[in-house]
This record gives sequence, structure tokens and C-alpha cells, in this order.
Amino acid sequence: MTTQAAEPAPEALAEIIEAHTHLEGPLLPILHAMQEAFGFVPGTAVPVIAKALKLTRAEVHGVISFYHDFREAPAGRHTVKICRAEACQAVGGAALSEAVLSKLGIGWGETTPDGAVTVEPVYCLGLCACAPAAMVDGKVMGRADADRLTALAGEGAA
Amino acid sequence: MKDFIIPWDDRDMGTPAKQGAPVTVTVDGFAVTVPAGTSVMRAAAEAGISVPKLCATDSVEAFGSCRLCVVEIEGRRGTPASCTTPVHEGMKVHTQSEKVKKIRRGVMELYVSDHPLDCLTCSANGDCELQDMAGAVGLRDMRYTPGENHFDPSGTGARSQSEARLRMPVGEANPRYLPKDESNPYFTYDPSKCIVCSRCVRACEEVQGTFALTIEGRGFESRVSAGMAGDDFLTSDCVSCGACVQACPTATLQEKSVAEMGVPDRSVVTTCAYCGVGCSFEAQMQGDQLVRMVPWKHGKANRGHSCVKGRFAYGYASHGDRILHPMVRDSIDEPWREVSWEEAITFAATKMRGIQEQYGRRSIGGITSSRCTNEETFLVQKMIRAVFGNNNTDTCARVCHSPTGYGLKTTFGTSAGTQDFDSVEHTDVAVVIGANPTDGHPVFGSRLKKRLRAGAKLIVIDPRRIDLLDSPHVGEAHHLALTPGTNVAVLTAMAHVIVTEGLVDEDFIRSRCDWEEFRQYAEFAADPRHSPEATALLTGVNAQALRLAARAYATGGNGAIYYGLGVTEHSQGSTTVMAIANLAMMTGNIGRPGVGVNPLRGQNNVQGSCDMGSFPHELPGYRHVSDDAAREVFEKVWGAPVDEEPGLRIPNMLDAAVEGTFRGIYIQGEDILQSDPDTKHVAAGLAAMDCVIVHDLFLNETANYAHVFLPGSTFLEKDGTFTNAERRINMVREVMKPKAGYADWEVTQLLANAMGAGWSYTHPREIMDEIAATTPSFAGVSFDLLDEKGSVQWPCNEAHPEGSPVMHVDGFVRGKGQFILTEYIATEERTGPRFPLLLTTGRILSQYNVGAQTRRTPNVVWHQEDLLEIHPHDAEVRGVKEGDWIKLASRSGETSLRATITDRVAPGVVYTTFHHPGTQANVVTSDFSDWATNCPEYKVTAVQVSPSNGPTDWQEDYAAQAAQSRRILPAAE
Repeated sequence: MTTQAAEPAPEALAEIIEAHTHLEGPLLPILHAMQEAFGFVPGTAVPVIAKALKLTRAEVHGVISFYHDFREAPAGRHTVKICRAEACQAVGGAALSEAVLSKLGIGWGETTPDGAVTVEPVYCLGLCACAPAAMVDGKVMGRADADRLTALAGEGAA
Repeated sequence: MKDFIIPWDDRDMGTPAKQGAPVTVTVDGFAVTVPAGTSVMRAAAEAGISVPKLCATDSVEAFGSCRLCVVEIEGRRGTPASCTTPVHEGMKVHTQSEKVKKIRRGVMELYVSDHPLDCLTCSANGDCELQDMAGAVGLRDMRYTPGENHFDPSGTGARSQSEARLRMPVGEANPRYLPKDESNPYFTYDPSKCIVCSRCVRACEEVQGTFALTIEGRGFESRVSAGMAGDDFLTSDCVSCGACVQACPTATLQEKSVAEMGVPDRSVVTTCAYCGVGCSFEAQMQGDQLVRMVPWKHGKANRGHSCVKGRFAYGYASHGDRILHPMVRDSIDEPWREVSWEEAITFAATKMRGIQEQYGRRSIGGITSSRCTNEETFLVQKMIRAVFGNNNTDTCARVCHSPTGYGLKTTFGTSAGTQDFDSVEHTDVAVVIGANPTDGHPVFGSRLKKRLRAGAKLIVIDPRRIDLLDSPHVGEAHHLALTPGTNVAVLTAMAHVIVTEGLVDEDFIRSRCDWEEFRQYAEFAADPRHSPEATALLTGVNAQALRLAARAYATGGNGAIYYGLGVTEHSQGSTTVMAIANLAMMTGNIGRPGVGVNPLRGQNNVQGSCDMGSFPHELPGYRHVSDDAAREVFEKVWGAPVDEEPGLRIPNMLDAAVEGTFRGIYIQGEDILQSDPDTKHVAAGLAAMDCVIVHDLFLNETANYAHVFLPGSTFLEKDGTFTNAERRINMVREVMKPKAGYADWEVTQLLANAMGAGWSYTHPREIMDEIAATTPSFAGVSFDLLDEKGSVQWPCNEAHPEGSPVMHVDGFVRGKGQFILTEYIATEERTGPRFPLLLTTGRILSQYNVGAQTRRTPNVVWHQEDLLEIHPHDAEVRGVKEGDWIKLASRSGETSLRATITDRVAPGVVYTTFHHPGTQANVVTSDFSDWATNCPEYKVTAVQVSPSNGPTDWQEDYAAQAAQSRRILPAAE
């Protein structure tokens, strides 16, 4: 969480909002589009979205903060999610997490100082049959191990 | 909030009342019949059985989150939540069983595991539902040891604040603990005591309609959040209505006054003394100390809701600026001398009689107050008519709703709104003209917003984009942003569309109005010069937008018109009111719930002060003074002749004063210097008089020109009645003794008696009896009836013994509704090269009128000064930036204030408020006025705006004069 977030231009926000207002229930699509475009949902967007949709800042904040996947600041260049649900824990998931975090020298939800990797917990990826499971930049990985996870991260960082 | 001092029928029923066919169920064997849709919880409450609950309260819809209210229902599996389960015929409910008791205890144990055990020193001690429920479910132990929690700042597992303080240096601070948010001046948010029941969030949404609160995060991370990340209560959208505080079951959201003083021990139901909504409140007391004001849920105007002013801004009543001793002086450049009541009254009476001896019977007069009670107002006009011996009485309604009186009397036959506030719940299309309900009449604004969220359409006719248009979740809205001063043209254009497109309700017109008269009006309206296309250039309103709005009003179902001072305070004020009445009649929108024509009246008792005969030409009940029969009624009861010549209106009194023929005035509870137009002229008039008697709470601006000051009493210090904008007569009850010794009605009686009246009223109820005996529309009203019914809407007489929520139901009061031709005659006040902008004025939520009360409360955190709203384009060409001092000049005068740049106003229009005497907005306003009633044209003044360095010379001279004239010499020993 160390990367400095660049503030998106108001026109960029307006453009994204404008593209979705015709939808029924446009709030979540707008938030997704913002995260897609900027890597996070900028705080400055909250009042703008609220005004456009006849909502309040509080309501938009309530929705953003409810979903863990909406970020309020940019993540690292790569995101590693490690499953912490029961099946993965049963086959060494906890040890895997510990190994990854200690190798990278960060805690849950944190980003390496060089901005390369963010590690986050996730609760079941539906890959229990080949646990422990993880997800790297949106791609799931079965029988994950610390070396593969950190190596992937290292490659990207290079 | 728990109902610990509230009578039995004020119990929290858990969920709101429903309307539906009767359904009979048994609860613990007792049969009870309730409307379909009612929750099991409420049905149980109706049967006298309370089900434990935390997240449910009857001001908001059921939510089903706390799981404390589980019950067993025969034939149904599991333990459903009684708050979210509706009744059905024959249902058999058991509220107590071993199973549900065990569940409830388990739930409570979990709640308490994340709550401090600070009960004895908690500010909600004795007023906490969590505490009550722990008792109700028999919680005897709490087996969880403190793990991760939200309440312990020390992070050591301390269960109370004192314990945490002792351990503080040892542990690592608890990141989940959040300190109190004290940003709001009236209440605190203490997250450590929150049980996340969402009652506050739901109250903010459902009751107030502001949506300032949310639950952020999820699971154990869930917290109440005002606004977004980085906001506190003050910076959020919160309007401080206090609905969340009232809904909170714990000490999480609580009045600072309760934290300071402790819980109240008695309560008195009374009526708010701010705006014309007339909310009922419980004044919750300790002895004669007011602890808090809580809106009364049986109040028919407010239905348990309030705004920041009524609930919180009562601090002026005990403010150090209040004058508690009578004062006199021979001339206004002398300092005040504090004297005894006797001396002050004798001084005043001698001066007034002396003036009459020298200059004649009609050389003195008085002004009644729209803030005082009906009884007090009645007494003041009685004193003027029966003791002074003339009709020189007027009231501040002159400067606000006198065109309403004239316009509605001419068209419908009665000078009042046609509906009760409940009517809005049946409205399909709400038309708001020249009014800003969310600021000026906030509780009605909330009720309207609720209806708009439920799908009603909104049409706003106003130069400024008012907050209502931007309210969250408000659906279809039309905004006709007209040029100030063109109301009549816009409304006649709407009539044109309705007539020419065949949208009139012919059956209604044929049966309720004069068809021939309508035909003439229709011909007038149909004239192409009244079409939206023809008037668009003049009004600035897009023709197509106007057509859509007119069609929506005429064909959208129940259409209700609500209007404010943006209609009346124009040189065509009376014409606009009649144009509104025409629209309602031609579309059949009169005489049933959901429709009507409703003035939103400014002050708490402006309706009452008009009803009570405050006008120079009208006796109580709107009977002309030239009417022999009406005069005779009063002459008989009063034992004194009543002048058959109408007296002087306020502007005429001031003109006559400058001419030297009007020399003495008694002003009760009104600050004409600040509130009336053309301040310099008012000052000159007052300065020319020999005896100005000001009867008020504070040394107001008018008192700078007074010779006698009589201290007034607040609404907390007297008995009486106020009549609100829906004609509802509400009881005002004395909760503490008058701080200056006398209630206002007693002071008027002292003065009248010193002038030889010989009155002997001992209680306001006797005055109401006299009103009832002399005024037909009040014939059935008495304090006993009001005590029994809570309130009653006039007319209340033999035909309507319980009052009249909706008027003109079977026919208009005047017989047939009358259509009046509404020719648009533009004001003389025109823009030109020197004064190219139009100034219009309004108000803001946190301040009230001239601000004498609200400026003396912490409400100033929201509005410290009056600002001039100006469109970015107009600002740019003048080199004005946000926050700059600007000079605002008109043909009448100039003043300085700071600018704020906004596109809420159209180019060419500027807007300000008049709450602060330093601004002196009325130095600028012109002395043009309504053609029929002299109501001043506050809403249109041609002005120029230019950069400036600070206050004008006039403002500085004025401030110096005010300071000079407010000097008080202490009473001689």
C-alpha cells in the first residue's frame, strides 16, 4: 500500500460514469470500470459518482467498503491471493501463506516496498481438489507452493 | 431511546403501523386483531405483550438483523424474527419458550461481549435498550473473554473506560477502538458503544431522507460512518435533525445535554416555536431545567420527526443576552435604565395616552407577533382596538403571506391552506413554487421527500436549484428555473397548456365553480400571447419543459401545490396566489387528500396571528371592520366601541411617522428594522416616533430605536396555542416559569390595564374562550378539547366538531370557486445598465428568520454569515472569486458581504439570506410591494455586484449606532 496514487482527471471520471448511467443499477459497473481504469476507486470519485446517480457520498462509500476487492489505493504490479479456507488449510495452506509472506517480507494486504507484489487472503477459489490454491493476477493456480508464487512475483518485478 | 418517562400509549411498537384488512391472531393465547401487513412483533405489542428487540423501532421499517425478537409460530419451523414476519389469519404465536429464551440469551451474550461494561457511568444509564434487553432476557453471565473488540482503547481486555485508563501505559493501543466524534455541537457519536443495529442509518434514510449515514465495511469491520472516508458528522451530509440520536438504542449517538445533565424525569408535550410546520415535542425536563426536546410521535404535523432547530436550537431561551428586566429611556441616544415592571408600564402607558391627547386617537398603534400565541396576539389586537381605540394593528404576515390571505379568500373563500400535512402521503405530483422546504420547512420537506422516493413526481418552479431537486433517490423532477418576478407569466402559461390541450377537469369545474366564469378565464389563458413559446423569452423557461410540467400536473393523478414566499413577496404576489388557485380548480385538484393549495407559512404562528385579527382591516376570523354585525359581536363582549375605519398597515405607519402624524407604537416579538424592506426608511420612521415600545426576548435591531423595553417570555414559559400552516391549533405548555416574571399575555394585560382597560384574565384558556365566543371558525375550540384531542384544525364548530383536516370537500367555503383573470404586470423594479442582476432572497436550514434565536445557539457552526450566491459567469466578468468581499448595490442602498460561486443560480440572478443583522440585506431591497396587500417585493431587486474591501460605511455606522443604543445602566440601588 505504499504506491502513491495518482489522482485521475475529473474528465476521466465523468467519462466512465457517463458510459454506464443508462444501465439499471449502474453503481457496481461504474466501480468496476474505475478499478479497471485506475487500478483502484479513487476517493475523489465518490462524491462525483454520488451526484451523478442521485446517491450520497455515504451510500457510495458503504458499497465500496463492503467489497474487499474494491481498492481505495492502487495495489502492486502483481496481486497474489492465497486461499485461507478450510480445505486449503488442511493441506498446508497456512504454512504456504506464512512462507510467501516471510519471503516477501510483508503482511496480509501489504505491498512489497518496490511496488511489485500485493498479497491478499481469499476464502475459497473453488479449487479444493488441488489445494492449496492461489490466484495470481486473476489466474488461478492449483497445488501452489511458495517458490512458484514468489518466483512469479519476482519475474514480474524484474 | 427508551420510553421510560413516556405514557403507556407512547410505547415503541417495534414496527410501523400498517393499513390493511383486519386479521386476527393469537399471541400467547390472547386474541388480537390488526391490519394485514402488521408484523408479529407489533401485533404482540397491540396485545400488550412486548417481544425483546434491539434493531427494531416503530419509526423505521423492520430490518431483522438483531435476532433477539425470535418467536415460535405453530405450524412453522424454526424461530422466525417477529419484526419481519407479517401476521396471517389464525396464526398462533408464542413469544416465550425455553427455545427462544435460550436463543435470546445467546444473542445478548454475543452483543455484550463487544460492549463495555460501563453501565453505571454511562450517559445512557437509565435510557438504554441494550441494558433493558439484557434484563429482559435474563442475561446472568458473559462467558466470552475480551478478545478482539471495539471498546477497549488500551488493548488489554479492559471492560470499562476507567479500567482501560489504569492499564493504558501497559498495553498496545487497540486499532479497532475509535474515539468519540464530537464534531456535531449537539450530539456525540461514540463508536465504542455501537451495536451496529443500523437504526441510525435507517432513520437518516427513511425518516429524514438525507442518507448521510452508512454502515462501512462488513462483518466485524462494520461501523457506522457519517459520509465517506475522512468525513466526520459535521463534514458529512448530516443536517443534524437528530433522528439518528432518537433512534439509537444505546449511548452511541446521544445528546450532549443528556451526557452533561443526566436523564430527564418528566416530560411535557408542547409545540415548537420555529417554523410554520408546528411540530409537537416533548420537552423532557429535570425540575425546571430543559434536558432535551424530543419530537412527539403522536404529533399530527410532524409524526415524530423534527429538524435541527426544533430539537436542538433552544439554547437561546437561556442565553445571556436575554433581557430580564424592563427598561426605559427618554430618548434613544440615552443608555437604557433598568426599572421595575410597574415603572416601565406606567412610563409606557403615560407616554401613549399623552401622544393620543396631543395628536389624536389614531396617532398610536401596535404590531402583533407571529411568534407569540394566539391568545397573546388576540389580546394585543384587542388592546389596540378596544383600548387604543383605533385599528392601527398589523403583523409580520404583512411582509410574508398577506397575498395568500387575499388570493385564497378571493378564489376559495378562506385565507388558509386546504390540506393537512398527512395529505402529502397521497400526492402523485407535487408542485413546489417559490419555496425551499428542506431548508425552510424541514420536517414537511422530509415527509415530501419520502413521498417522492416512493414515486411521486416533482415540479419545482424556482429561480434557484433547491436541494429538493438534488435529494437522493428522488425520481422524475421538472425544474422550471424562471427569471425572478415572472411567476404569473409561468403559471398562466401552464394554464394555457392545460386549457388548449384539453386537460381540464370539466366535471369538477361544472359542479364546483361557475362555468361561465371559467369560460372567460379559459379564453384569456388560451390567448396565444400566454403560450409557453410566447412567454419563454420573458420567463427564461424552456417552452417544452413547461408543457411537460403542465401535463404532468394536470394528468398525473393527485396534484398538490406547495408554495412559499417566492410566490407572495412580489408586486404580483396576490395575482400569483390566484393563478395557483386557478390551476388547482381547473384540474380538480381540490377537496380531497393528496391535492390542494398549500402555503408553507413562515413562522410558527403566522396563520394564527392572521386568524386572530392582526390586520388593520380585519377583525378576528377575517371579518372586515366595516361589517356592523361583526363589530357588534366584539363591542358587546369588550364593552368598548370598535372603529369602523381600517387602520394603518406597517408601511403606512412608518410613512405617517415620518410625516409626524403617527407617534407611538407597541411592537410585540417582531424585529421590523431587520425584517422589513428598505431598512433606512424603517429606521427613519422609528426615529421619528415619541414612544416605541419593544416587547421581545433580546435587544433586537428595532430596540435600537425604542424608549421602552419589556422583556418577553419564550414558548417554554407560557401556556397558549399556536396555529400551524395546516390550520392546526396546537397546545403550547408552560414547562418553566417566565424568567422575567411575566408571560407575554400578562404584560399586554398590564399595559392595557394601565391605560384603563380593567381586564382580569387569569389564564390563557379564558382568552381562548373569548376567541371561541366571538369567532365562528373557532367556535368549538377550547383548551379542554385540545387537551383531549392533542390538536384540532379549524374550522372547528358545530358543523365540524372535531375540526377539518381537508377544506372545500363538498363545496368551496365561498360557495362556487372563483376564477380570476391573472394578467401579468411586470414589476417596476427592472434591471438596467447600472443594476443588471436580479437579487432574490431566501433562507437556510440552520438559521431562522432574522436569526435572533438561532444566532444565539451553536447552529452558527453551519451558517456564520450570509453569503451571496453568484453564477460563475457573472462572477468571472466582475473579477469576483470564491469568498471575496463584494459590494451589493441597488437603487435603495448598498451593503457588503462575501460571495460564493455556484451554478445553483442562473446567470443574471444572485441570491442571499437575511439571517444576520451585519449583512443588512434589506438595505438593498426596494419598497415596491404587492398591489393588493402591500406585501413587500423582497424577491426581486435589481442590483450590481462589484469587488469590495469589507463592510460599507452604512454597515459601520449602523454597527456603531447599535452598540451605542444598547448601553444599559444597572438599576439604582
